[in-house]
Amino acid sequence: MSTFTAVENISRRDVLKLFGAVGGGLALGASGLTWSPMALAQDKEARLNLFIAIGEDDKVYLTCHRSEMGQGIRTGILQVLAEELEADWDKIVPIQGLADKRYASQNTDGSRSIRENYDRMRQMGAMARAMLEQAAAARWKVPVSEVHTAHHKVLHVKSGRSAKFGELALAASEQVVPAVESLTFKDVKDFKQIGASRQIVDMDAMLTGRAIYGYDIKLDGMFYASIMRPPVLGSDVATLDDTAARNVAGVLDVYRLPAAKGAPAFQALGGVAVIATNTWSALEGRKALKVTWTASDNSQHDSSLYLQELVERVQQSGNVVRQYGDEIKNWPEANTLKAVYTVPYLIHSSIEPPVATAHVTDKGCEIWASTQTPQSTQQNVAAALGMEEEAIKVNVTLLGGGFGRKSKPDFSVEAALLSKQFKRPVKVSWSREDEIQNGYYHAISAQSYQALFDANNKPSALLARTGFPSISSTFAEGVEYPSGGELDLGFVDVPFALPNLRYEAVKAQAHSRIGWMRSVCNIQHGFSVGSFVDEMAHRSQVSCPQMWRNLLGEARRETFTDQQFKYGNYGEELNRHPVDVSRYLGVIDAVEKAQAKAPKAGKNQGWGFAVHRSFVSYVAVAMLVEVSEDKQLKVLNAIAAIDAGTIVNPDRVKAQTEGAIVFGLSLALMGEITYKEGKVQQSNFHDYPLLRMPQAPDIEIIIIESDAPPAGVGEPGVPPVAPSLTNAIFAATGQRIRDLPVNKLLRV
Amino acid sequence: MAEVLSTKAVVKEANTAASTQTLSTQTLIINGKSFTLDADPKMPILWALRDILGLTGTKYGCGAGLCGACTVHLDGQPVRACLTSLGQAQGKQLTTIEGLDNQKLKDAWAEYNVPQCGYCQAGQLMSAAALVAQHPKPSEAQINSAMSGNICRCGTYPRIKAALQNYAKQED
Ligand code: FES
Ligand code: FES
Repeated sequence: MSTFTAVENISRRDVLKLFGAVGGGLALGASGLTWSPMALAQDKEARLNLFIAIGEDDKVYLTCHRSEMGQGIRTGILQVLAEELEADWDKIVPIQGLADKRYASQNTDGSRSIRENYDRMRQMGAMARAMLEQAAAARWKVPVSEVHTAHHKVLHVKSGRSAKFGELALAASEQVVPAVESLTFKDVKDFKQIGASRQIVDMDAMLTGRAIYGYDIKLDGMFYASIMRPPVLGSDVATLDDTAARNVAGVLDVYRLPAAKGAPAFQALGGVAVIATNTWSALEGRKALKVTWTASDNSQHDSSLYLQELVERVQQSGNVVRQYGDEIKNWPEANTLKAVYTVPYLIHSSIEPPVATAHVTDKGCEIWASTQTPQSTQQNVAAALGMEEEAIKVNVTLLGGGFGRKSKPDFSVEAALLSKQFKRPVKVSWSREDEIQNGYYHAISAQSYQALFDANNKPSALLARTGFPSISSTFAEGVEYPSGGELDLGFVDVPFALPNLRYEAVKAQAHSRIGWMRSVCNIQHGFSVGSFVDEMAHRSQVSCPQMWRNLLGEARRETFTDQQFKYGNYGEELNRHPVDVSRYLGVIDAVEKAQAKAPKAGKNQGWGFAVHRSFVSYVAVAMLVEVSEDKQLKVLNAIAAIDAGTIVNPDRVKAQTEGAIVFGLSLALMGEITYKEGKVQQSNFHDYPLLRMPQAPDIEIIIIESDAPPAGVGEPGVPPVAPSLTNAIFAATGQRIRDLPVNKLLRV
Repeated sequence: MAEVLSTKAVVKEANTAASTQTLSTQTLIINGKSFTLDADPKMPILWALRDILGLTGTKYGCGAGLCGACTVHLDGQPVRACLTSLGQAQGKQLTTIEGLDNQKLKDAWAEYNVPQCGYCQAGQLMSAAALVAQHPKPSEAQINSAMSGNICRCGTYPRIKAALQNYAKQED
């Protein structure tokens, strides 16, 4: 399969050849649950599960087991591995890991590839280095304590001897794998890779059209499929007339897929597949289908009516999810500030829509997909085909963006079902319309906030409520409330130092597939709390950053003890990744300082501010906008400061944060998916617009230097964008925007 | 050198009603090389390039002229391959990312580490190459206007702009 290797530089088979035909090499594997490299390095199968392999050609083959979707992980993971190994950067070859439990989780979402793998990859590098040193010491018959590694060589200073990695590879692979406790690690001051802005490893391929994405897969004898899916969740084909479709040039067949049953999870949605010799014929065939659909429970869903209901519900009491201090019963109007915020449904719209190719045979199935989650692809395809997971091989291509959509493997399941039916490789390419109309949606939501002010106009109590259909509803029927995990995303976990805090969640049923999208519930929670703090600041007549400082209180680590909830903290221990008020203050100060050097707000202009902690990182954003007399908005400047702990590749952290600002502006300015009669009303970029170059502001990113453990990067930049924007609009015009998107009120 | 490629073989093999086939012989000059293929002249060149000729550098993003991911040059002008039919491209010089020879532009992209996922970048580069061919030292307004048809969901706009502004400053 030559197309795929173009991006890999070396295929898996070549790696095996490296060990088989060519001979030598050092291979280290990692086990799933217990993380035991010892056991696997002695297991012949470990060769299929590599992080590090060294060839006799002196090249170092480093495996990235996470998916590349623009965050630079294929470069970042390799930097960490190469650091402890002391490998030369120009001798590394990136290898993309297949789906394999022994890597532990490969799920590339939740902004955790570096935070979960930083220590582990350092261990892998240090372990390989130790084995090379043992091999050299044995060869030279000197104590291992006398040798050291530098610049892709092991050296014995006393005798002046040295050996390249390639010369030692075979002997090193025969060494006893050292215990993790025995490993030595480099000093931070000696780092050459970690903290260096390395160019991404796929740069050349991307600039020449050689980079291979899921959409680019082409196998011998492959059929192309386009699927018309039920327009309303839960509906199915009522009648089908495919006569005209079958007459379209290049159309080979039309096939009905069974509708998903029960909670949608990662099932194929069903519908009608048009099978053709090329993508265009499949699309043309689809246009010629005549299909009517059955009604479902969701056929009456109207998002504007639904939102009105949510807005009413968040103004009545709900389930208490965090309580600190007293419940305030008396909210005298004169001393109370109240506001309700809403965010509509949103969809990911990576420029490459979902796409997968499957080849099912009697023995198993091979998948090539733009997937963020090769392992759950493996599980779900296995379940759909009635095969063992081990029989499903999943190749991860480059992803043309992911943003959470591609960690749902439904599209690979579709390809597998069709390949099984047609006994051929089948590629299922989603069109843009499919992507917008049959997705997993960021939930529509409403929040209410109210604050009590004392005689000095200082806030003394806060009551917040949130309501949105839960992601859990995608996986189980009958879910009516947000899950604790969703409430942890920027709602209950803001460490306000007020004497009385009460947080509630209200009921909200789902009428479509609800899923996670870049920063997930932090989108609505960051918007509502970020807006409300600005409203409080206005009332108290202090600046917004100052109101944040007042509300956060003194530098401390918030543990939320005895507050009726257990904080999930993005899966991290609170002692390793605390909720640290001093780090909030750090990013607030950094942005204020940068803002002082930026242009002052002129006529019809205003600066807005917001700060948010998510994925255990801290991001503050200041934004300058101008609103002309005829209501034309222009976003002029954005400044962001990010504290994500230890940074592996500063340039990629900057790039991700720039991208987060653009992503956040798209959703705040123009992002809106609406439903009528259960159907999504938008279909392409004309009615679901994304930010274009002339709308993008000048962007400045500040990275806070830190030696704290690495934290999330891909998502944390998004949540503070929307509130800093609407706060800026308020500063410029006095108009408070509480309902997104902004283009309902202003031209953007 | 001419290569003959066809979708016929698979069509026949699958034994479907081929009566409405409107295949005819199309000649395309792609990146200076001549190709002959049997295909419907209404087929957008995007799909001919990708599915028949295996030139997958040109990307699909919307199929409706809205995103620019499929931008190629037809006789030096940037066009959307998803809206340009084989018939319209007959006999004209077609340039795709695989044949883009403006190394200085690619170097500017690499220097500013422009790509994130990279998926939109072929289209961005083709639009940018057409811009600098016409305006070797484009103004910010010219950059905004020439690039406004290319969406980047990853948000690489500031770097594309910086790369183009720096390109304008470099000597050839
Ligand atoms: S695919 Fe042609 S403009 Fe989007
Ligand atoms: S780099 Fe990902 S869409 Fe532009």
